[in-house]
Amino acid sequence: MIRFENVTKVYDQKARPALDSINLEIDRGEFAFLVGASGSGKSTFLRLVLKEDRASSGAVYVAGQNVANISSWRVPRLRRGIGVVFQDFRLLPQKTVFANVAFAMQVIGKSRSVIRDTVPEVLKTVGLEGKENRLPHELSGGEQQRVAIARAVVNRPGILLADEPTGNLDPTTSMGIMGVLDKINQNGTTVVMATHDDDIVNEMRKRVVELKNGVVIRDEAKALYTSMIPVVGQSRRLRDASGRDEPPVVPPRAGSRAEARAEVRLAGEGQA
Amino acid sequence: MRLAFVLSEIGSGLRRNLSMVISVILVTFVSLIFVGAAGMLQLQINQMKGYWYDKVQVAIFLCSDGSTATGCATGPATPEQEDNLRKLLQSPAVAQYVNDFQYESKDDAYKHFKEQFSNSPIVDSVTPDQLPASFRINMKDPEKYEIISETFSSQAGVETVIDQRQLLERLFSAMNAASLVAVSIAGVMIICAILLIATTIRLSAFSRRRETGIMRLVGASKMVIQLPFILEGVIAAVIGAALASGTLWAVAHFFLGEVMSKQYPDTAFISPGQTLILAPALIGLGVVLAGISSLLTLRRYLRV
Repeated sequence: MIRFENVTKVYDQKARPALDSINLEIDRGEFAFLVGASGSGKSTFLRLVLKEDRASSGAVYVAGQNVANISSWRVPRLRRGIGVVFQDFRLLPQKTVFANVAFAMQVIGKSRSVIRDTVPEVLKTVGLEGKENRLPHELSGGEQQRVAIARAVVNRPGILLADEPTGNLDPTTSMGIMGVLDKINQNGTTVVMATHDDDIVNEMRKRVVELKNGVVIRDEAKALYTSMIPVVGQSRRLRDASGRDEPPVVPPRAGSRAEARAEVRLAGEGQA
Repeated sequence: MRLAFVLSEIGSGLRRNLSMVISVILVTFVSLIFVGAAGMLQLQINQMKGYWYDKVQVAIFLCSDGSTATGCATGPATPEQEDNLRKLLQSPAVAQYVNDFQYESKDDAYKHFKEQFSNSPIVDSVTPDQLPASFRINMKDPEKYEIISETFSSQAGVETVIDQRQLLERLFSAMNAASLVAVSIAGVMIICAILLIATTIRLSAFSRRRETGIMRLVGASKMVIQLPFILEGVIAAVIGAALASGTLWAVAHFFLGEVMSKQYPDTAFISPGQTLILAPALIGLGVVLAGISSLLTLRRYLRV
């Protein structure tokens, strides 16, 4: 469903790439977690799938199609096949729950009767029956995220991308949201979820893809948030395999201080 | 459904941005007034040129009933005198300066007069008999007017020889200068209008960035996302253009029709109806202005 072939994304020539020769395949109907620290390339990955950005090199395939070959006026059609959920919900504050979900159908020209039939059905799927006429500020965070999920899946996309959907929610509410995402996944939608939430990843036991500094350092089925495999060694092996002999001189762009230290340590090992 | 959606988006956009929309209307209104004023001056020049201006340079007016010139002592020009003049025009001495000439009978003169003064009350009080017949001469070299004048002024049956161009050229050059000024002011105002429309659309796009962001994500087409913004600018500009057209009509009707034509009854003024042919041009210009500036803005601020 989503395939990355040797994908590199460079935002700034002077800094290290946001994604560095990524090879990854996510099958139809799969549920995959994308984990890693801030700046590890999770969001860049999602942006490339949506064709919000172009890969600097390599090919991104979505539903069998190389997104680089999709002309700009066909990009909307690509995006109709992909639902997206964000940490900050992004609901329209002056529209009711029903109107927020219906909006996604209106703008692609669905008829009023189809909207009237579909929206309540989807709201039921995410567990919001009876709250059609509420405004977003009258809902809890978890309920708002359910509205956002309903909006993302109302047009029945084949893929659902979730960028830290539980980042603003407490653990119990987060588990509820995960239940909704799991249900959507059971209905055949491919779900890719970028997250920091270790509890959720450990609870779900799904495929985990771990990114670090733009490189995939782990890709395990039914895995945990942290791995038993020593990460640093793995990282270096992948680095060597990617044919890059010079260690990066510039610290990671958006990285924390701890990350920068890790980078320096890695660089030291590379020279040794 | 999609149309209804686009329309409701336009409505909410116009409401939210009302003060900016009003300023866009006013700026396009003022700039198109200047464009229209230039157009009206050109129409007026055409009106004053009348039937002969662009075709001939020199007119030999023949004696008619009311003529008081010395050459007309014997009364209106007779057919023999007309024949003599025609022969003289065809004689080698004169013909070398003349491209060709036409005879305008009293009835022709009346017809052309009616056309030119169709907007003036004077037309009702004139009869064909009062108008002189004339020879209209197209010169090979307009500068040689003197030769024709000397040759024909003293002929029997000729009231006067007139170089029409000399009479009107000065007035026309003043009017042309005025329309040039109007066009230059219009140019500056149009730049103003384009920038203002661009700013308005930018603000509008910014205030609705949540909506447009979601529209992009769920795969709304470029048209559905951008059309409301483009149409907002276009609607405002069309309202401005319509106001400008209405104002030009009012000027033609009240100022030219009621005031000027009474003060200068012997001048042919344009009719209010004639200014309306400028309206489609002004509205078209308004649409193009708004379209161009919104396309440029959206390309920068509302990528899909």
